[in-house]
Amino acid sequence: MYDTNLVLGGKEFTSRLIVGTGKYSSMDVMRDAHEASGTEIITVAVRRVGLPSGDSILDYIDTKRYTLLPNTAGCYTADEAIRTCYLAREAGLGEMVKLEVIGDQRTLFPDVMGLLEATRTLAREGFTVMPYTNDDPIMAKKLQDAGAACVMPLGAPIGSGLGIRNPYNIKIILESVTVPVIVDAGVGTASDAAIAMELGCDGVLMNTAIAGAKDAVSMAKAMKLAVEAGRLAYKSGRIGKKLYATASSPLEGLPDWTS
Amino acid sequence: MSVTINVNGKPMEVEPGLTVESLLTLLNVKREYTAVAVNREITPKATYAAVMLSEGDKVEIVRPMGGG
Repeated sequence: MYDTNLVLGGKEFTSRLIVGTGKYSSMDVMRDAHEASGTEIITVAVRRVGLPSGDSILDYIDTKRYTLLPNTAGCYTADEAIRTCYLAREAGLGEMVKLEVIGDQRTLFPDVMGLLEATRTLAREGFTVMPYTNDDPIMAKKLQDAGAACVMPLGAPIGSGLGIRNPYNIKIILESVTVPVIVDAGVGTASDAAIAMELGCDGVLMNTAIAGAKDAVSMAKAMKLAVEAGRLAYKSGRIGKKLYATASSPLEGLPDWTS
Repeated sequence: MSVTINVNGKPMEVEPGLTVESLLTLLNVKREYTAVAVNREITPKATYAAVMLSEGDKVEIVRPMGGG
């Protein structure tokens, strides 16, 4: 079936799965998981260089092949997040950013007031802003209006693996904005990713679900297949739900067994 | 004579007039995919050799790390 590409900041992507680089058991496992996921976009954090500096994570990521997506994880104000994006750009990580302004350490829910402010500033400064937000359709629309290149509602808290807790809100977000909708956070297993895509989302971003799995490389492949399956099912147009049975076989032409 | 600057949260004694460029060399930090901020202001790569560090300066040197 014909499908369009995911377009972010004027760049086209065939894969609709975005993956992270955190919490892998080793750099080799991470590299193999990236390969198995079929991803084209990889998120990284921006942190202080260790002294002595040692290996770089980018020794394990082919930057010619993958687009890097620096995040602002750990930023609790718009100002910190904006400065982190400037640092990332200066470091040569590009102008596409996964914008997080965190409101609370325990839930890691976004501070949407700070998020909106940072989105507006960064979009004006030429960044391709991909904000991590609540599953709130009103905020999604405000982020779009502030210049976000997409909106990334959470399915559930970061790293929780609880899946898509409010599919109805995700559905309303999809009807509220015209920019791509990418579910970011909360995915635990393949069916969660498939559900997001079946709802009509344009992509899924995940880290822990792959990195924390017993076999991260095979889970990466499972996620690739789930995103593709979910997308295909969405594009194919599922049947409606009915309470009672509808026979699949014709009722006419049954042999007569009466004596 | 030396001055004390703060690099990535740790105090460091350096010679007066040390540039960002010399600091990175001293610490053996790769330039690729690295960014520097001095006193919260980003230092463009092109100015590393020109920016001199003084007493009390706060230097942040960052690079990409694992994250989601």
